Amino acid sequence: MRIALIGQPNCGKSTLFNQVAGYKAETGNFSGTTVSFTESKVRVMGEVVYVVDLPGTYSLAGTNPAEREVIKYLTSNDVDIVVNVLDASHLSHGLAMTIELLELEVPMVIALNMMDEADRIGIKINVNKLEEMIGAPVIPMIASKGRGIQPLFVKAYQIGQQDTLPHQPRYSNDLERYLDLLKNDLKGVQSHLNPRALALKLLEGDQTILEDVSDQEPKVRSTLESIKNSLKHERGQTPEWVINGERRGLAYNLAKAVIVQGKRHTTFRDKLDDILLHPFFGYIFLLLILYIFFELVYSLGGLIEAPLMDIFSQTEAWLISLFDNSTGFFPRVSVALIQGISGGIAIVLPYLVPFLIGLGILEDIGYLPRVAFLMDALMHKIGLHGKSIVPFILGFGCNVPAIMATRILEDKRERFISAALSTMVPCAARLSVVFGLVAFYLGPAIALVIYLFNLFVIALTARILSKIVPDESPGLILEMPVYRIPTARTVFNKAWWRIREFIVEAWPLLIVGSVVLAILNYLNVAWFMNLLARPISWVLGLPNEVGVPLIFGILRKELSLVMLGQALGSMTFGDVLSPVQMITYAVFVVFYMPCLATMMVIRKELGGKMMWQIVGMTTLIATLAGLLARGVAEIFF
Amino acid sequence: MLLLDAPKNKKVRIIDYRGGRGVGYKLRQLGLCPGREVKILRYAPMGGPVMIDAEGRSIALGRGIASRVEVEVV
Repeated sequence: MRIALIGQPNCGKSTLFNQVAGYKAETGNFSGTTVSFTESKVRVMGEVVYVVDLPGTYSLAGTNPAEREVIKYLTSNDVDIVVNVLDASHLSHGLAMTIELLELEVPMVIALNMMDEADRIGIKINVNKLEEMIGAPVIPMIASKGRGIQPLFVKAYQIGQQDTLPHQPRYSNDLERYLDLLKNDLKGVQSHLNPRALALKLLEGDQTILEDVSDQEPKVRSTLESIKNSLKHERGQTPEWVINGERRGLAYNLAKAVIVQGKRHTTFRDKLDDILLHPFFGYIFLLLILYIFFELVYSLGGLIEAPLMDIFSQTEAWLISLFDNSTGFFPRVSVALIQGISGGIAIVLPYLVPFLIGLGILEDIGYLPRVAFLMDALMHKIGLHGKSIVPFILGFGCNVPAIMATRILEDKRERFISAALSTMVPCAARLSVVFGLVAFYLGPAIALVIYLFNLFVIALTARILSKIVPDESPGLILEMPVYRIPTARTVFNKAWWRIREFIVEAWPLLIVGSVVLAILNYLNVAWFMNLLARPISWVLGLPNEVGVPLIFGILRKELSLVMLGQALGSMTFGDVLSPVQMITYAVFVVFYMPCLATMMVIRKELGGKMMWQIVGMTTLIATLAGLLARGVAEIFF
Repeated sequence: MLLLDAPKNKKVRIIDYRGGRGVGYKLRQLGLCPGREVKILRYAPMGGPVMIDAEGRSIALGRGIASRVEVEVV
């Protein structure tokens, strides 16, 4: 049996899913689309059922591709029962989509979630009456506290077996008459929708359905046209608006009939936005919260990284000691293997785990939409939206979680630009290059200049990119969820799924890449790597030998400092590089292509094409920035 | 009057939208249809979005959008 969860954004649907889903939840796409859903096995009454978490939508209009896929999925044989999650504190709003679901004639159960929120704002709901009016079971629950989940799934299981259908919503007489008229023409039509739902979607102006239907029954087109015209004439509105208004009216009346409005208690949470979104203090708190988040993630990460790295470097030393000749094929490959493994375990994961848990907490509290509200104006100046600030800031620690954080952006364009920009933010590893080379030999002031220069280049790139890929969205329309205390289970489950994706998909490639580079090194192709990088090193006035550290730097950014010493034959960089060369090299390293782990995450999140676009773009920017740095530095040194 | 120019903390009723079909679609999805009463809660500084209250739900709207919604004082 398969149970599908559906609900509007912020109704607590994902919280419910995370409460029941096991560690083996799978993310998938509807075939041929980018619309994704998550599925997990759950045990109900001793039997295994599949629970599907569908993307949150406000409505089920066929004009939106994502919503069309959801409708198709819900009415297919894959789904046995639909669980419609409603936010009890905003019942009328949520019921508007429930009515669209009722039209589809599928077995369903209502999960009346957030009963505690409703209670807080003084709303009492007559559950029995709602059940009666809809013709489907209504289970009151508080998903975040785990209450009502068991009864919900037991009920869903029972209804799924009985296959009982809820009542059809009845609209105004004139609309019903037109629907009947249209239904007459649809008798012989094959579709995943029932004739009434089909008629409704046609009136709403769903072109895909119209094409499909009129292929089977050509006279539908003319009937539809005449009905649309008379409806427009009689109601003074387009049929789409008429139907929408009818649904909302029905939802409003339903809600009014079952709600008893009591007294609203104002609590601390109602006042929280006055502080956190204050025109001045809001920004102070934003900085403070981000600083604490950043500090916690990186101090915790550092705490875990150091001992893990010790273990791996000891293992490496021990491995090398097993072989007589440490430059042979096997010692090199096995060391590379260890480095690939440690790159995942000791460098990425110590930061990724606390980061994802922290991000999950901020997400579940409801703070991220507030960040978007505060930062929208500023980010608009460089052609982006408020939310894009989040991945950008996180990039300073590690670019991998930064790319993952672009998920909070809905728009593909926004995701691409944010991902591209956050790979240009110098992560902790690149910080070591800037500090180890520039700050150490030329002083911290010049390192600071490089950082400021970096911000300037990022802002400039943002402006250029937003000109090339223009913004089509009319502006911010975003619901601010109420503040909630996150639950451990939801936060950990979410973090775990994201970590598992890194382990399964990005990490193996990191290990393979590491081994491949070691083999190349064994084959003594250093000269070849230097030759490969020669166009860049020549343009930038750098020694020929920087090719190897730059190419190894793709694997792990620290290597572009460590291996620079090996390549040049001296770790005292002051003796082998001029100040201009140091600055140019550091600037190039800050910008040029993302490390392999980051590339793999970009590929996973945005696809291979965008990964290569970002690689090409950052390399170009790095060369231009390096040239500029070289020119400026030559004036001063 | 435009929603953007509505006085703060004063209930106003949505009358109509101006401009693109996409805007109306998204606003309607959020339940901000003509007839609905809303109230401006706060403005983000530097020309940032406005936050409105729609029957207990807080919704942030960019100023470009808020200037396409026509309202009347209740």
